[in-house]
Amino acid sequence: MSEIKISKTLDAKNLSCPLPILKTKKAIDSIEIGEFLEVLATDPGSATDFEAWSKSTGHEIAAQSEVGGVYRYVIKKTK
Amino acid sequence: MSEKKKRLAIIASKADIPGAYPPLILASTAAAMDYEVKIFFTFFGLNMLKKNKLNKLKITPAGETAMPMPIPQVVGMLPGMTGMATMMMKSWMKGANVAKLQELMDLSIEAGVEMIACQMTMDVMKFKRKQLIDECVVGGAATFLEFASEADITLYI
Repeated sequence: MSEIKISKTLDAKNLSCPLPILKTKKAIDSIEIGEFLEVLATDPGSATDFEAWSKSTGHEIAAQSEVGGVYRYVIKKTK
Repeated sequence: MSEKKKRLAIIASKADIPGAYPPLILASTAAAMDYEVKIFFTFFGLNMLKKNKLNKLKITPAGETAMPMPIPQVVGMLPGMTGMATMMMKSWMKGANVAKLQELMDLSIEAGVEMIACQMTMDVMKFKRKQLIDECVVGGAATFLEFASEADITLYI
C-alpha cells in the first residue's frame, strides 16, 4: 500500500463535544473519496467518539495517536 | 447506495439551559453520523425556535440541588439569582469550550436537521409564525409520530 498522503488537516483542539465530530463531518465532506483527513483534538472523549462516528458513517480511521494530550486521527474517506 | 439512513426523533419540551443543550447536541451529532433527524419543539421547548432567543435562555438555581453554588435553596428564589446562576453557568461552559446554543442550532440546520414547531403550543403561547426562525416548519402530533414510528431512537427531553 502506498504511503498516506494527507489532503486536509482539521485543527479541532480546545473544542468540546460535539464540535470535533461536527467539524470532522464538514471536513470529510470537502475531500474526495480515497483521500485522507487529519484531525487534531484535545477532547479526551474524542477517542471513543471518533470510533463510534467511524462505525456509523463507514469512514475509516487509518491511524490514531496521542502525544501530550493532543489526539491525532487520520481518516480515510470511503464514500 | 440504497442503504436506509438511521433516524433520530426528539421531542424538546424545555427551554432552560440544561434542557436546551441535549436536543441540539444529539441532533447535530446524529446528523454528522449520517442520521436523518427531526426535533419536535413543544411547550416551553418552542422558545428555542424563537428568533434571537437561544443565547438568552437561562437557568434557575431554585430546585437545581446539584448546582455548585454555595447558597441555600431558598436564596435561589430571590430576585437576581436566576441571572447570577445563568452568568455562572455560561462562564463555566465557556471555560470548558462548549459551543453556544446558537452555534449548535446553526450547525444542526446546516446539516439538514428538521425543526418542527408545535402548532398547538403556538396557539397557547400566542406565538406568530414570523416570531419563529424561518427554517422551522409548523406541525402537530401526527407529523412527529409519522416520523418517530420509523425512528431508531426516540427521545423526550
